[in-house]
Amino acid sequence: MVCLTELQQKFGSQIVESHFRDNRRIDVPASTLLPLLTSLKTDYGFSMLVDLTAVDWLEYDGATDRFSVIYLLLNMDSGERLAVRVPVNLPEAVLPSVYGLWRGADWMEREVWDMFGISFSGHPDLRRILMPEEFDAFPLRKDYPLKGRGERHNFPVITRSGS
Amino acid sequence: MAVGLPENIFITKLDAAANWARSNSLWPMPFATACCGIELMATAASRHDLARFGAEVMRFSPRQCDLLIVAGRVVMKMLPVLQRIWLQMPEPKWCISMGACACSGGVFDTYAVVQGIDRFIPVDMYVPGCPPRPEQLLQAVMDMQAKVRRTGTVMGREFAIRDMPAGPAPFDSDERYRIEDTRLVQLGGFSAAATSAGRGATQG
Amino acid sequence: MTDGRVPAGVSDGLLVWPLSMPLTPVDTLETASAEREYVWTLNFGPQHPATHTTLRLVLTLDGEKVLNAVPYIGYLHSGFEKLGEHLDFNQYVTIVDRMNYLSPLANEIAWHHTVEKLLGIELTPRCKYLRTILAELMRMHDHLLNLGTTALDLGGFTAFLYFFQQREHIYDIVELASGQRFHTSYTRVGGVLFDVNTDWINRVRKFIREFPKVYDEVDRLLTKNRIFVDRTKGIGYLSREEVINFSAVGPVARASGVERDLRRDEPYLAYADLDFDVICSRGGDCYARYLVRMQELLESLKIIEQAVENIPGGPVNIGVESDMVLPSKPSVYRSIEGLIQHFEVIMPNRGYDVPREQIYAATESPNGELGFYIVGNAETRAYRARTRPPSLIHFSMFPHMIRNHQLSDVVAVLGSINIIAAELDR
Repeated sequence: MVCLTELQQKFGSQIVESHFRDNRRIDVPASTLLPLLTSLKTDYGFSMLVDLTAVDWLEYDGATDRFSVIYLLLNMDSGERLAVRVPVNLPEAVLPSVYGLWRGADWMEREVWDMFGISFSGHPDLRRILMPEEFDAFPLRKDYPLKGRGERHNFPVITRSGS
Repeated sequence: MAVGLPENIFITKLDAAANWARSNSLWPMPFATACCGIELMATAASRHDLARFGAEVMRFSPRQCDLLIVAGRVVMKMLPVLQRIWLQMPEPKWCISMGACACSGGVFDTYAVVQGIDRFIPVDMYVPGCPPRPEQLLQAVMDMQAKVRRTGTVMGREFAIRDMPAGPAPFDSDERYRIEDTRLVQLGGFSAAATSAGRGATQG
Repeated sequence: MTDGRVPAGVSDGLLVWPLSMPLTPVDTLETASAEREYVWTLNFGPQHPATHTTLRLVLTLDGEKVLNAVPYIGYLHSGFEKLGEHLDFNQYVTIVDRMNYLSPLANEIAWHHTVEKLLGIELTPRCKYLRTILAELMRMHDHLLNLGTTALDLGGFTAFLYFFQQREHIYDIVELASGQRFHTSYTRVGGVLFDVNTDWINRVRKFIREFPKVYDEVDRLLTKNRIFVDRTKGIGYLSREEVINFSAVGPVARASGVERDLRRDEPYLAYADLDFDVICSRGGDCYARYLVRMQELLESLKIIEQAVENIPGGPVNIGVESDMVLPSKPSVYRSIEGLIQHFEVIMPNRGYDVPREQIYAATESPNGELGFYIVGNAETRAYRARTRPPSLIHFSMFPHMIRNHQLSDVVAVLGSINIIAAELDR
């Protein structure tokens, strides 16, 4: 088990812990994210990044930040799970990339960039992954409508005589 | 018959002979993108065995095929590929739209999914279902054969009659109304050019 | 035969081989030859039979050798996660079905597993056993198609036909339970759509009896088949450290010696009561992944057999007093209380209490750890429904696995990691 006070001594007291059912989460500010994750990997044995995702809090009552990025970690030896949540705000939605720690973060970070527009500094190849390159919105943001803005129909029509 | 014919010769219309040959040698090009592709596989596999109906020669090269089976949803990134494959197929060619997603977008009324391939390419046969059972696809292939026999001509005149894709215009009135809703335009990101470019020069 | 290795026959002097080229160490060759003129680029997909669905690879080739592979995905991105924010917990089942379409029920079980954890629901014992049986049937369903198409891509058509016949039997079983053959939408919050009857149990028993015969036949066809072994052994190797660093789980990780199976390590449903082994291999190559999947078929059969024989009686849904499950149809049609309760659950402005919390929970799907991250917002639909897709993680390893292999190995590696495009792109 990772001891919270130990982490607070190392990375400042802004680290907050919470529980829900069997999930254990710690909230950290963006400034200490990378040293904290590095330490979790090397010192505490969280060798696997299970998932990396984000949430847009735009329509959530009482939310203070625009986005959260969530790192779900797993200790392969003890089976312990830990979620690390970090708030991100516009217009400077940038976080350090964890590609150097876990190579599995490569596509996950690209997906978060594609869907939410949160960029990761230090990522070797941060391009759109799911949407076409020329797409200019971030679909999973709450201010993007479910049915899109007409991009899905913006194609030429092929007729019989034209083919 | 008044005129005596030698043995092994019979008289027919050229159209009928060509249709008979074409309908019994449909070569499907399976454009399988999603779940329907698995049912398409099931149709060709052990239990349902599409070979019984003379359309089992699946070729994955569009140049060799005359029946395009679009199985599964087609999304923004995939539609140009589909159009290109349709253009690469030699005439005469037909298209079966398999499953709710290919016909109309199905349950996926979202930003990325094309709401029916018949908005962009000509479709001859629709197969409903999500996904359709293999029996339905078998029936569709048989219906397709019947349609070729019934309506086909050697010169392909039947294609000229229905030139435009049968589906709604890409930016039909509902879609346009929704997009031009002031709230959406205010949020930015959408350009008015996109609406007019959709129909393009083919506006009939 | 891969480049960089001395071809057979050189040592015994029977074959004259231009020794200057292939003996260059592979690592130095890679960077140097990328600039050479004869290196060419091949586009593979997005419409190609061996991709099964819609993947695209841009391969850099030196002759037949793959120097680099760049995957492009998103050719089936249909906005699943956005839809999850607009449909309620029961409606979204129809969408998760279509995610990994080789094993639709496994997705449903994973989704409702997470939802029920968010809501704090404890299932009835019968439901747990029923879902376990279905989850294992789906594992077999997935592995059967994967093994069959892998063999098909490598030139063995027979195994595909044999295994597809067994899949049709599973389709029949699932259809008997849910009324739908493919996308069943069978699970509900707190239970399933209908209970199963004795006929269904007998049908499963019949399947358990008949499956091993076909399994043996395919085992004889493939496992020691010279061509199949040659094309899969030593291909697409992954070490244990690489697998962990790339976040992979499931059969792909177990074939590289990672002993992790959520069914055993974080038991859910009825797995804690059942006896089964976690299949692992140290091989790490395509052949090891094939062997792991083949063995898992038998383990799944073992689990199904135990669960079917020990399935408890009692209700399959949790009690209606929880206000979260739909009442039975007779009570809806014949009593006013049932009707009111039905509307309370169905109407979008009524619903039940959902905590304003976030949760991650995962199940062991046929392809690996399939998890959902749900944010609840005091309404019966998710505020955010993130899927952790095993296929995305497996495919991100692909460039690493295929480097310095032959072009024909692309198909073997793609088959062995079982990419489902709808789950990959969502």
